[in-house]
Amino acid sequence: MSEYILQFEGVTKDFPGVRALSNVSFRVKAGEIHGICGENGAGKSTLMKIISGVYPHGTYEGRVLFKDAELKFSGSSIRQAIERGIAIVYQEFALVPQLTVGENIHLGREPVSAAGIVNWHRLYSETRELLDRFHLRIPFEEKVISLGVGQQQMVEIAKALAENASLLILDEPTSALTEAEVESLFAILRKLKAGGVTCIYISHKLEEFFRIADSLTVIRDGAVIKSLPVKETSTEEVIRMMVGREMKERFPRTRRELGEVVLQARDITTSTDAAKTKRALKGVSFDLHSGEILGIAGLMGSGRSELLTAIFGVPVAHLRGSVVVTGEEMPLGRIREAMGRGISYVPEDRKRQGLVVKESISNNMSLPNLNQFSSILAINKLKEIRECQRLFDFLRIKSSSLASPVESLSGGNQQKVVIAKWLMSKPRILFLDEPTRGIDVGAKYEIYKLMNELAADGVAVVMVSSELPELLGICDRILVMHEGKAMGVLPAAQATQEKLMTLAAGMTLRE
Amino acid sequence: MTLHIVDRMRMQLKTYTMIFALLVIWLLFGLLTNWVFFSPTNLSNLFRQMTIISFLAIGMVLVIVTGNIDLSVGSVTGFIGVVAAGLQAHVLAGLLPRLFPGLPAQSMAMLITALTIMICLVVGGVIGVYQGALVAYLGIPAFIVTLGGMLFFRGALLGYTQGKTIVPVEEPFKAIAQGYLSRSVGLVLAAAVIVAIFVFYLSNRNQRRTYGFPLKPLAIDLLKAGGFSAAIVIYVLIMNDYQGLQNPVLLMAFVAIIFGYITKNTRFGRYAYAIGGNREATMLSGINIERNVFKVFILMGVLCAVSGIVLTARVAAGSISGGQNYELSAIAACVIGGTSLMGGEGTVFGAIIGSLIMASLENGMSVMNMGVEWQYMIRGLVLIFAVYIDVVSKRSR
Repeated sequence: MSEYILQFEGVTKDFPGVRALSNVSFRVKAGEIHGICGENGAGKSTLMKIISGVYPHGTYEGRVLFKDAELKFSGSSIRQAIERGIAIVYQEFALVPQLTVGENIHLGREPVSAAGIVNWHRLYSETRELLDRFHLRIPFEEKVISLGVGQQQMVEIAKALAENASLLILDEPTSALTEAEVESLFAILRKLKAGGVTCIYISHKLEEFFRIADSLTVIRDGAVIKSLPVKETSTEEVIRMMVGREMKERFPRTRRELGEVVLQARDITTSTDAAKTKRALKGVSFDLHSGEILGIAGLMGSGRSELLTAIFGVPVAHLRGSVVVTGEEMPLGRIREAMGRGISYVPEDRKRQGLVVKESISNNMSLPNLNQFSSILAINKLKEIRECQRLFDFLRIKSSSLASPVESLSGGNQQKVVIAKWLMSKPRILFLDEPTRGIDVGAKYEIYKLMNELAADGVAVVMVSSELPELLGICDRILVMHEGKAMGVLPAAQATQEKLMTLAAGMTLRE
Repeated sequence: MTLHIVDRMRMQLKTYTMIFALLVIWLLFGLLTNWVFFSPTNLSNLFRQMTIISFLAIGMVLVIVTGNIDLSVGSVTGFIGVVAAGLQAHVLAGLLPRLFPGLPAQSMAMLITALTIMICLVVGGVIGVYQGALVAYLGIPAFIVTLGGMLFFRGALLGYTQGKTIVPVEEPFKAIAQGYLSRSVGLVLAAAVIVAIFVFYLSNRNQRRTYGFPLKPLAIDLLKAGGFSAAIVIYVLIMNDYQGLQNPVLLMAFVAIIFGYITKNTRFGRYAYAIGGNREATMLSGINIERNVFKVFILMGVLCAVSGIVLTARVAAGSISGGQNYELSAIAACVIGGTSLMGGEGTVFGAIIGSLIMASLENGMSVMNMGVEWQYMIRGLVLIFAVYIDVVSKRSR
């Protein structure tokens, strides 16, 4: 057996009208952690779908060798890949929330007696052994729904490892994790590596490759740009290879003066819902100025999104407090009231909250804005399409036409559709909830530039983000939240990652 | 730019498949029945038969598109059918002559018919308000609310009729389902519709030009408009060869055009598809989901009333078995016509074609003198097969 566990040889994959992969060749050494990076739509997902058997042998050109034997999956069953020892942990978790950790790990392979009855003791003892072997501390008799995102990720990995995988593929594993959770994930990956498991690591967070990966393959527009050891490169070089152009700075910064106060939130208080999926807010107050970008920092579940949705009018239990928009008290709890006052909300989860994926790009863009184009009787479709086309061009959305269903777009382009939808309503106050999550460097840069332009036009922009460098790089002021409370607002010029983390952890700053 | 030709074709592919399937079924019945199936008499009957289910299927498309279902439409149609008969045979027939003693018999019949129609539409609307409120505002699943409604209104029907068929109904009322347009009026109507089609296409081109959008070649638009016109002319000529255009078919075409317009060109229509496609994203777009679902059920109720009126007009009586299993035929018609039970997908035009396919099967097998047991089984299998084709076509994409 050669030193390479996985080899791509001239793989080309076409979709109607698009070449997703063109003549891709690269090799993954056995026992290494191999990073793959590229912008959204570069072809990473297509690559993974070929390895996992979603696109069976014969639907692409070229060869894929796994342990020196060509992969020839038939049909689109990922079961075959699992049996060969290839396991994939997807970005969107594939767990059944109502089942326990043990049940999820054994889903489809429950230990049963001859009569087909599940042996629960064996199921849980095997689960415990598995978790112990990889030093994962997860309450294995709990339902998955009651775990945090980080622990759910661990369950996914444990599930993948339960079948003795020799190749583990992680797709954007840290996009929902806190820094502490990322650290423990990396610790696990190092242990796995020591145990001889090869790992392919896909991410948008470049610094992670330099922390964990041994080598790196950069792809752009469906082609491999370079495959090289991590030690021989730098973040700047990787970015250059990914975007194919020199990027002088990751965060375009413009000087701005704060305008007058356009929104005053006072004492926003809510209680948790029955399912306890949302953090309760405890008397949050802040001011928002026109022409500024206000960042909201805090750990996952600190109430950042809840603060924005509460002001935007998403129904929530026991909402109290007051919101004054340009000097006028706004009735709380009704989205139309917020929209009528020029507030737009770009939600955190674009697929679940932002888009009707089966519908066309134009239908998605105009959904909240149909009043602009409608008489009592009908929608003026030509007017509608003209406005959609304007934003389509303005945001440089990559698609053959406005009539394409949104599900056919890449993540970054989908995010642009959600942003277009809310720009069309000409907001004076724009809430962006994790607007750059899971999208590539180029698209991120475009979104930062857009935020600057909007702020320069006097729009008040609020951005929730889990990435501190991003908040420090783009915002004028940063509000830090911890367990539903506002810990303070720092001017970006005085803020550091350490200060933000201190506040986010619930501690106060020492002068 | 704007609407790309490939995307457009993909969107319409489903429709073409359905029309193709319909033509195959027709051809098959033509061969099996020695072309009796294609006789003007039979075709006239076929289109008349399809109307009652069509009204329900049109409403059902909207209900299913929003991610709901309505199992009560059969019972509600039957109930309103006997109400229509009861109003004419007992209530209004007893009341009106006392109120207007001098009225000539013919005017009296017209007055009774008009009032019956209005009252039935209101009853349908009220039933829609009741079920819509339970689904939209109280949050009870539509499946349960309408399953309850199916039982409740079947019971109401039995209670109202006391198990007896209600007769008679007025002559003008019967004409709703049994009447024909005189041949010359039919031709004039066809001419008017054809002019309207051409005006529509040309004014649409004009508008696109003023907005600066690229235009398709004039020949293609003219060919399309010409194609529709030819279909209308052929239909009218065949129907005129029998007794003329059928009143209920005209009513169906009218209702279908209105609902087709509502689904494609109004905010309410757009919202319905968005709600079925992604409820949360729609809510976060500031759209009042409850109100729109409520409206959908009211429209469904009114369409049940239309269906019930045509049903009673056709059988010229209020029958205790009226509307039985119609909910299943309506749902089947929608699904055959490309409506997704998951919500967010489906067209009124598809539902009409679906109704026509279901009616063609029923009619063709009757012409062949096939036993009713076979008819049920074959219709059931065709439904499953149609959905299988849909599943396969989706998988291949």
